Amino acid sequence: MATVDHPQRLARSGIAADAASRGWAAALHEWTTTVDHKKIGIMYVLMSLVFLVIGGIEALLMRWQLFYPRAEVIGPNVFNQLFTMHGTTMVFFVGMPILIGIGNYMLPLMLGARDMAFPRLNAFGFWITLFGGLLVYLSFITGAAPEIGWFAYAPLTEHTFDRNAGTDFWALGLLISGIGTIGAAVNFIATILGMRAPGMTMRKIPFFAWTMLWTSFQMLLAIPPLTAALVMVLFDRQLGAHFFDVQNGGSAYLWQHLFWFFGHPEVYILILPVFGMVSEVIPVFSRKVLFGYEFMAAATMAIAFISLGVWAHHMFCVGMSRTLDLYFAAASLIVSIPTGIKFFNWLATIYGGRVSLQSPMLFCFGFLSMFLIGGLTGIMLAAAPFDFQLSDSYFVVGHFHWVLIGGTLFGTFAGIYYWYPKVTGRMLSERLAHWHFWLLYIGFILTFGPMHVSGILGMPRRIYTYDPSRDWEWWNQLTTIGALVQTPSYAIFVYNLIASLWKGKPAVDDPWDAWTLEWTTSSPPPSYNFETQPIVHSRRPLWDLKHPDDPDWQYE
Amino acid sequence: MDANGLSMLLAAVEGRMADVSIFSPASPQAGWIVDLAILALAIIGIIFLVVEGILFYSVWRFRRAKNDAPGEPAQVYGSEPIEIAWTAAPTMIVFFLVLVTTRTLWQVEAAPVQPREGDQALFVTVIGHQWWWEYRYDSYDGRKLDFITANELHMPVGDGETQRPVHLTLQSGDVCHSFWVPRLGGKVDLIPGRSNLLAFETEQPGLYLGQCAEYCGAQHANMMLRVVAETPAEFEAWLANETAPAVEDPAVAEGKATFLANSCVNCHRVSGTAAQGDGAPDLTHLMSRETIAAGQVPNSRSNLRKWVHDPHTIKPGVLMPAFGLSTEEENQIVEYLRTLK
Ligand code: HEM
Ligand SMILES: [Cu+2]
Repeated sequence: MATVDHPQRLARSGIAADAASRGWAAALHEWTTTVDHKKIGIMYVLMSLVFLVIGGIEALLMRWQLFYPRAEVIGPNVFNQLFTMHGTTMVFFVGMPILIGIGNYMLPLMLGARDMAFPRLNAFGFWITLFGGLLVYLSFITGAAPEIGWFAYAPLTEHTFDRNAGTDFWALGLLISGIGTIGAAVNFIATILGMRAPGMTMRKIPFFAWTMLWTSFQMLLAIPPLTAALVMVLFDRQLGAHFFDVQNGGSAYLWQHLFWFFGHPEVYILILPVFGMVSEVIPVFSRKVLFGYEFMAAATMAIAFISLGVWAHHMFCVGMSRTLDLYFAAASLIVSIPTGIKFFNWLATIYGGRVSLQSPMLFCFGFLSMFLIGGLTGIMLAAAPFDFQLSDSYFVVGHFHWVLIGGTLFGTFAGIYYWYPKVTGRMLSERLAHWHFWLLYIGFILTFGPMHVSGILGMPRRIYTYDPSRDWEWWNQLTTIGALVQTPSYAIFVYNLIASLWKGKPAVDDPWDAWTLEWTTSSPPPSYNFETQPIVHSRRPLWDLKHPDDPDWQYE
Repeated sequence: MDANGLSMLLAAVEGRMADVSIFSPASPQAGWIVDLAILALAIIGIIFLVVEGILFYSVWRFRRAKNDAPGEPAQVYGSEPIEIAWTAAPTMIVFFLVLVTTRTLWQVEAAPVQPREGDQALFVTVIGHQWWWEYRYDSYDGRKLDFITANELHMPVGDGETQRPVHLTLQSGDVCHSFWVPRLGGKVDLIPGRSNLLAFETEQPGLYLGQCAEYCGAQHANMMLRVVAETPAEFEAWLANETAPAVEDPAVAEGKATFLANSCVNCHRVSGTAAQGDGAPDLTHLMSRETIAAGQVPNSRSNLRKWVHDPHTIKPGVLMPAFGLSTEEENQIVEYLRTLK
């Protein structure tokens, strides 16, 4: 076995050790001025986790208000602020940055590079994303968080209907953090295309790099329309333009198209990197090579392209026309084909393997078993007439959380459990990981399962209260209880992350007996990543090292 | 969970709650959607069982055991025939789904229809407002109607011989809203600057509940829809009442004067009086409605009193202000409103 132990390197374990060895002020200076992709990656992930906790608290407050019909816990205005901030936070300040962060940390290592292509742009991207997030949250401090929902439909956001400065903070914050996202996308593309180790052709890059590449193209295409729309709404509000102001010749549709031209690819921006992460973890923990690498890569590309043409399936109820509805329904259904291909390939990778259900794989199992359901309810919603009934109902809330939590979050957790030893030089506690998993898994089903039922019973989303005559209370109570079951799982996770920095078992360089380049360097990696530039002959360079008699490149 | 929750669980198990669900359609339009939904559910149900079955089986069957022989399992890099097979199978399923979706789309999306005498169709223009519904009755059975009411939509039921569809023209007075009564059909949005169409019919008399489904601001949650489907005779009687002029009761002359002297008239309308506002619900036949505030509370004397005193205690954020009238003025106004049958 090619794993080597480097006990002498353990002292260098992340932030805590940095601080202990050099004093907090020096560490702070080091971290705020760094252009090292690894430190930036860690900061992205930490920022996202803080926002995850904030977004989670917002969700709990909403669920508290909905426990009883006609409850008076927080009232309409606070509730409307909460779902606006919750959705905005989760999408822009949890989902995207956590994936960008992991990509930032891992990609140069996996590609055998010293750093990202543009280290300064990278640092700029992080700080401006954080600044955008703070700006959006500043609205709370001024006492006027936005009350417009995360998709902020015009003309509700026009000055006529909304004098609340929170909306301006919201638009500015997203605009600014969007610039950071575009920077990150450019950087990923340049890194993946230009910074690979010798011998690593595009057909040999780790699968995670494929998905990050397509995600980056999607960001590049999807964020600018949003930025344009945000500038327009700010013009409307601050300068009296009338882009979305119907009473003065503007168009409410325009916003919807611009927003969803961003908003739909956004969903794939949030899921493609996760596909990449589980495609790294599943093979290692099944002890098998990823089944059908080329088909998987092609399917990723297909998803990225098709998904740019399906945005108006969020607009089936706005009265487009039968033909347009049909086009968008068909295009949306077609996305399920490449998604299905990926799913079957993951199953084929597991099949016949030797599966170890350690924490990273456990979360992949959670991802597979749950993401499937989110995908299938998505197929139902793509059948446009069904969506006439269920769009903007709780069924949709159930569906997209199933995708975002069952998919994005479970997959991201798999990635974090997988790479934590590399990043910190310590192992996470498996016992706590299992508590994290099961509480999340059960609580999640209990939270979002009943939402499908309340939607079928006619409950629209974004309502701060409901009448007892509607018979929705039982399902809402189940949902709230589910949210309470989930809550400790996040606390356990955060505790595990922190406590293991000190108490975790020291990690060797390659604790999972894995195959990609990041595992050849020490845990944590030195600031220059690799002592000598690695040279690659196959998709699994460490397999070749560990099996000199049966190297991979023979079969590719 | 309290006793109430338990009884609701029992009700759900016995299927009693089904009568608010999209799966208990009361109109052909909602029924067609259910047909599609059941078909789609069956397909994805099978996919779910098969794929989830393979997943659980593989993880269980191939989990690592202590006494596994050392070394790695056989490495399978992929297989073109297999990939082609599992691309083709979903493609066929998707093709089938597109076909059935098309059929249902063509069934349920309303095409514009002209009012014609004798075909028993009702035409209503619905205008969504923050946070109530305005109904302008245009015509029925080819007869021009031309009266306005709010929040409760009355419609006649059809029978085996005659269909009595209602054709709604959906418009918005301010921001986006969405008209959704699940048992009668799918939702259609009300978008400022644009007219959308929605049509449905039913043969079952009764009260159908729904509510605004597109977030429209502070009181989005309390923008309930009530559709009263009644026999043609009952509907004619209701029409006769609504088209009649407002009742004049000399006993409440003071209340009427107070009403007209205050800024109520800037927003509300009582036909035949100087009150001709159109920013708020028409009050001409207020007492023919069962609820006030778009379904929020029963239309009782005490609720009216509370509303006139300070509507925000019933609907926080509502666009009607509290006027700070004297108790006596409030009582007078309520007594006047109570005569608007
Ligand atoms: C802790 C678990 C979570 C719970 C209990 C929860 C609960 C909720 C609730 C109650 C709503 C409001 C539904 C409505 O009235 O429309 C909501 C909306 C939303 N949630 Fe979550 N959520 C959770 C996690 C997440 C995550 C992880 C994401 C994304 C990565 C997410 C994304 C969203 C979005 C985009 C909305 C829509 C907001 C809007 O309507 O503007 N949520 N969630
Ligand atoms: Cu509304």
